[in-house]
Amino acid sequence: MRVYFLCFILFVVGLYAILRKRNLIKIIIGTIICEYAVNLFLILIAYRKDGRAPIYSPGQEVKNMVDPLPQALVLTSIVIGLAVTALLVGLAIRIYEKYKTFDITKINQLKG
Amino acid sequence: MSQLIPLFIVLPLLGAFLNSLFVRKNTKVSDILSLLITFSLSVISFLSLFLVNKYGVLIYKVGGWRPPLGITLVLDGLSSLLLLTVCLVSFFISLYSINYMEKYTSKEKFYTLFLLMLAGMNGVVATGDLFNLFVFLELASVASYALVAFGTEKEELEASFKYAIMSSVASLFILLGIGIIYSFTSTLNMADIAKTLGGSLNKVVVFAGILFFMGFGLKASIVPFHAWLPDAHPSAPAPISASLSGLLIKSLGIYSLVRVIYNVLGLKELFSLPLMFLGTVSIMVGVVLAIGQWDFKRLLAYHSISQVGYIILGIGLGTPLGILGGLFHLFNHSLFKSLLFLNSGAVEYSTGSRQLLKIKDLGLRSKMPFTSLTTLIASLSISGIPPFNGFFSKLIVIFSCIKAGFFGYAFWAIVGSILTLASFMKVYRYSFSTEHTENREIKEVPFFMKLAMLSLSLLCILSSFLFLNKFSNFFLGPAQKTLLEAKNYSTINDFVENVR
Amino acid sequence: MAGSKEVEWGDIWHNPLGGKERKMLEQKNNNTSEQKNKNTLEQTESKGMSLIVKTITRLTVGLILLYGIYIVLHGHISPGGGFAGGVIIALSFIHLMLAFGKEEVLKRFSSEYITFFEGLGATLFLGIAILGFLAGYFFLDFFVDKGAPFNLFSAGNIPLYNIAIGIKVSSGLFAIFVFLVLLRVIKDKDKQ
Repeated sequence: MRVYFLCFILFVVGLYAILRKRNLIKIIIGTIICEYAVNLFLILIAYRKDGRAPIYSPGQEVKNMVDPLPQALVLTSIVIGLAVTALLVGLAIRIYEKYKTFDITKINQLKG
Repeated sequence: MSQLIPLFIVLPLLGAFLNSLFVRKNTKVSDILSLLITFSLSVISFLSLFLVNKYGVLIYKVGGWRPPLGITLVLDGLSSLLLLTVCLVSFFISLYSINYMEKYTSKEKFYTLFLLMLAGMNGVVATGDLFNLFVFLELASVASYALVAFGTEKEELEASFKYAIMSSVASLFILLGIGIIYSFTSTLNMADIAKTLGGSLNKVVVFAGILFFMGFGLKASIVPFHAWLPDAHPSAPAPISASLSGLLIKSLGIYSLVRVIYNVLGLKELFSLPLMFLGTVSIMVGVVLAIGQWDFKRLLAYHSISQVGYIILGIGLGTPLGILGGLFHLFNHSLFKSLLFLNSGAVEYSTGSRQLLKIKDLGLRSKMPFTSLTTLIASLSISGIPPFNGFFSKLIVIFSCIKAGFFGYAFWAIVGSILTLASFMKVYRYSFSTEHTENREIKEVPFFMKLAMLSLSLLCILSSFLFLNKFSNFFLGPAQKTLLEAKNYSTINDFVENVR
Repeated sequence: MAGSKEVEWGDIWHNPLGGKERKMLEQKNNNTSEQKNKNTLEQTESKGMSLIVKTITRLTVGLILLYGIYIVLHGHISPGGGFAGGVIIALSFIHLMLAFGKEEVLKRFSSEYITFFEGLGATLFLGIAILGFLAGYFFLDFFVDKGAPFNLFSAGNIPLYNIAIGIKVSSGLFAIFVFLVLLRVIKDKDKQ
């Protein structure tokens, strides 16, 4: 149970970075931390005591493996995270090009 | 007949990939391609409605794997209604963007992203697997981030960044919820989860439900999570604003929220009051903020928040009449809100501005009579004037509130409707004024834009006939049944061999 | 992210280095007296990183590419697969770009190629999935003979999916890298 709470703490650290930081790049890093916390959580729920990596190779019994499904889910979510992060970084660079700053307090064209 | 279901995902994906592979300079090809695909999708979605009325539930096994193991695509009442909404409106949107997107460069990239977003929305609606829902949700969301920033101007980039950050955090909440549900039930098939949980009010399930509520609520822009919408929706090009406001917040937000909370987790009673309360707050906050706006599209975006409130209020009520009203309003709102955004796009196309104070003196009513007429129809629909569809759906929602004894909610819903009327009187007064002090050459919009707006406004009038029992049983009945007998969702895996 | 007032791809493509930077490079070339008369080859040599890095890159880049292809093709037998292998293939291109400079690499792999391969990978994947309709279901394995386990030719159509994903991911990741690099070039231009 303790590891799950540590996971949530990591998630909250990421949320803190998103909510509190003013630099666009730091906000993006915050989302990455959040995402990795969730991925870690998914990996941890798959763990069995003394479990082995779920790789089936010739001459091995299928015995005492960790749950392979969340690992597949994490792989998918990493790919999605890659796409989102690349898009966010591209947006941030474009924003820098237009506004000449990464500070979100100075990026305030939209109001109301 | 269940072979039709994967086409909802295959066709738009195929269109998007072929677009990116072959179309270089000749954008006429991509126009025709996307029109063909969206048209055939809307035909198939009509067909699927007939199928659902005939057979009840249709299940498609992806890859031939049986349900608890493999991914399924499920076509039941609710998903067929949503598929009809998404495919029909996106057909008119792609019709509209033939002319409208001429003023942007790289039109073929627009079509690629648009079709990807369509595939994501259809996938979210059609899937029967919880993680697959997340994947399609992210597909649609990532495409929509890129589409919001399509103009690459200052405001658009800022809005897109804000939207992307908030929405990806919401997606992570959803993923966390999926992880918790998986660890609790050891399955990802939605019907199987419902069967395993059996409607038990476990603490873990309630926690996961709250996570889902936060995640999908942000996608649906229910009030405490609405901050991204008024920035993101106006910044996109007009066809995209229409599809974001008309389709994306419904398929990713409301549909997923209702499906997961009602059908999968079985927390209908627990979340009924919070949904109703937040729906009413959304109605009031959205409309009050909308009245003060002077930007045409921003005003419409605030109205989206308000109208989503009605849908949530109706569905959250949980009585047969309330659910019917909510679903009816969902369908209607996707029609008239898309039409309004397309109209604002037409005004921007002709005059180059969407600030109400700037277009006040142009005398657009005589110069753009066609857009003026369709805007009038859409405005009357959204503010609930009798012969149009918005009146009937709002009437059903409010009446069901009164019938269930929630007089306070009904009162605020009526007040919200009156304020909506007031704000659209302001829009019409300023944007399509008769007197013109400024003499500028302003032309009516091109043919395809006119055609799209005309068809949508005709649909606005026609869909008010859904009020009659005969039609509502056909169009809304199956969806209403799905939500009303939410517990039945756990048994749908037995329908696998229903219809080949 | 294409839009109304964007700098055209082509402009950046043919002139990735700003004027000031290029002048400095030419001055450097002039200082080393012997290289004065020799033209194209030396000029391209002087861009990018030092000679040591370039030599090592020439030796290793083929191996990295080969390893990526190996990972893609053996995805159904051992850990790895289309995504991991595709990332490694993309890294080999990125490695080249870091060592030899953007100009040299973009001369060979232009944006046309990258977008073509990206579309091709995605279309291939979907095409194989659609072929499953022939056997009755979307995504169904249409091979009747699945082959013996742990052989290269086994596991039905999964190797084909892996190849499609490998093409898609390698070109996609390289496209992301190129895109970010070119955006940075625009920024440098603005500074001057």
